[in-house]
Amino acid sequence: MIRFLFKGLLRDRQRSLLPSIVVAAGVMLTVFLVCYLTGIMGGFADFTSKFSSGHVKIMTRAYADNMNQKPIDLALTDVSEIIEKVRQDHPDMDWVLRTQFGGLLDVPDENGETRSQGPSMAIAIDMLTPGSKEPGRLTLDNILVKGSIPDSPGEILISDEFATKLEVVPGDAVTLMGSTMYGSMSFYNFTISGTIRFGVSVMDRGAIIVDFSDAQAALDMQDASGEILGYLPSGNYNGEEAGVVCASFNSKYTDPEDEFSPVMLKLSEQDEFLGGYLEMIDAVALIVVFVFILAMSIVLWNTGLIGGLRRYGEVGVRLAVGEGKGHIYKSMIYESAMIGIIGSALGTIIGLLFAYWVQEKGIDISSIMKGATMMMPGKFHAKIVPEAYYLGFIPGLFSTTLGTMLSGIGIYKRKTAQLFKELET
Amino acid sequence: MNNSHIVITEGLVKHYPIGGGYFTALDGIDLQFGTGEFAGVVGPSGSGKTTLLNIIGSLDSPSEGKAVILDQSVGELSQKQAAHLRKKYLGFIFQTYNLLPVYTVFENVEFPLLLLNMSVSDRRKAVLDALEWVGLNDKIKSRPAQLSGGECQRVAIARAMVKKPRLVLADEPTANLDAANSHHILQTMEKLNKDLDTTFIFATHDDKVIKYLKRKITLEDGKVIKDEIT
Repeated sequence: MIRFLFKGLLRDRQRSLLPSIVVAAGVMLTVFLVCYLTGIMGGFADFTSKFSSGHVKIMTRAYADNMNQKPIDLALTDVSEIIEKVRQDHPDMDWVLRTQFGGLLDVPDENGETRSQGPSMAIAIDMLTPGSKEPGRLTLDNILVKGSIPDSPGEILISDEFATKLEVVPGDAVTLMGSTMYGSMSFYNFTISGTIRFGVSVMDRGAIIVDFSDAQAALDMQDASGEILGYLPSGNYNGEEAGVVCASFNSKYTDPEDEFSPVMLKLSEQDEFLGGYLEMIDAVALIVVFVFILAMSIVLWNTGLIGGLRRYGEVGVRLAVGEGKGHIYKSMIYESAMIGIIGSALGTIIGLLFAYWVQEKGIDISSIMKGATMMMPGKFHAKIVPEAYYLGFIPGLFSTTLGTMLSGIGIYKRKTAQLFKELET
Repeated sequence: MNNSHIVITEGLVKHYPIGGGYFTALDGIDLQFGTGEFAGVVGPSGSGKTTLLNIIGSLDSPSEGKAVILDQSVGELSQKQAAHLRKKYLGFIFQTYNLLPVYTVFENVEFPLLLLNMSVSDRRKAVLDALEWVGLNDKIKSRPAQLSGGECQRVAIARAMVKKPRLVLADEPTANLDAANSHHILQTMEKLNKDLDTTFIFATHDDKVIKYLKRKITLEDGKVIKDEIT
């Protein structure tokens, strides 16, 4: 009997192929949307953490209070001792020194006179220590436009847009004018080793990347650093996990009476706007995913419902030859579940493939972010998460089957003779 | 209970709710049908023919009175018991054939036997026999869409007869057929009635069918106004 019904299911494309395609399409959209929204959410946190915030950040309490100004005069001192301690406390995390500071980048002509200059924002990272993860973290190889990555002291990377504005090319010398940690004037000569494109308007307008040891020398920051960034072992930001690390550090090392004592803040705590923004995106993404799954559920529920209703004629014949109502009802549910499973599996596979493609290639939004002053990635990538493997089955399997179950209730509610009337019409 | 009677109705009444009241489709029907009868319930549309057939076929239950089919009172049967009665002893033939379009002729006829859990070889033999009765052995692999109306109705007859039921209920079986096909179908059913001693009860107002009936029961407004042997 099961073989007989299965044969009919395969032969009747309106009962098998069409519903399977509808289910697969709905599930594919659901899976892709889940991955894409997760990717966008993670993209913001990931991008911010890599370039500026880390998953957690250690600063002096005074620095933390004025974090937006990047006040290097309030930088951490004795950082080798602090970093040693946190490496002992959290050996599985990656801890790095970072300093961000502002200055005027001056381009001299052959006579040493200013040819061009512009304000710049510098990020000091460890580029020269063998095995440093920092160049990889900032994907310098990928964002390099001209020249090469610095491999010796005194070399810097400059944003390609900024280089065009200043009319400099790799190999040119520039002078960074700023102030040291102790407030005195600082002039430091660098050689441009390459130009890069951050893909973030605010950084492409005037950012440079210098080696951390050069920054220490230029800003008179011996054994000092503006910030120490920590990255969780998974490589992905997790607010709860980061919170635990912060609480443990702060209870041990933060002195509420000493404004120069170190304090650790997690990503979402470092910037009220960023924290709120991430929470909002998180909430909106959840709502969107929920609404979408609900909408797809209704669509697929209807597919099941209509599929069931259009078979009342067949139901009439089957009742006439003596098949029980319960047997018919069960077989309809099995059929629907089978279509739901096949459609959901197919939709999940296609959705994941599509999501994988967007995860690798990304969707470029840089053209619409040109004037942005906020640090945002220029490309949004999807992210395949474990939930994507099963979320599609909610609308695909459960809703389709539920629709069939509801339409099938009609078999019980209607008198058998009434089904025959419908059969005759 | 008279053992030769396979269908007995006593004071059979069927009401249908309409608006705030009731419409009486059958009003005190007392009938008996014996084994091997070739009988028909005739009358104009709305006279209660199909309702009577539905109750005899255990597809509907009486509002009042009794309908006893093969010693089983239809009103007292559970859905499962009614399905079992249909599965084992009853065959249906419809006006619109109601073949399952995705299955072949062979599979359509085989369907009732699947519910009886017959072995594959027994099923095959029974299906081929049934198709031979209706003269469609050469069409076993055809789909209903590839057949004429007359051929479809012959497949429907084979499907109704394949399990050799005690009683076949045929509701306007020739309504969609031309005269030649109607006669062919009726001759086939008449032959099966004689050869297998199966009871046939028709609901019809087609003169072509009425000519073949051995017994004619005339209904009007839910009441039997004439019951004659022809």
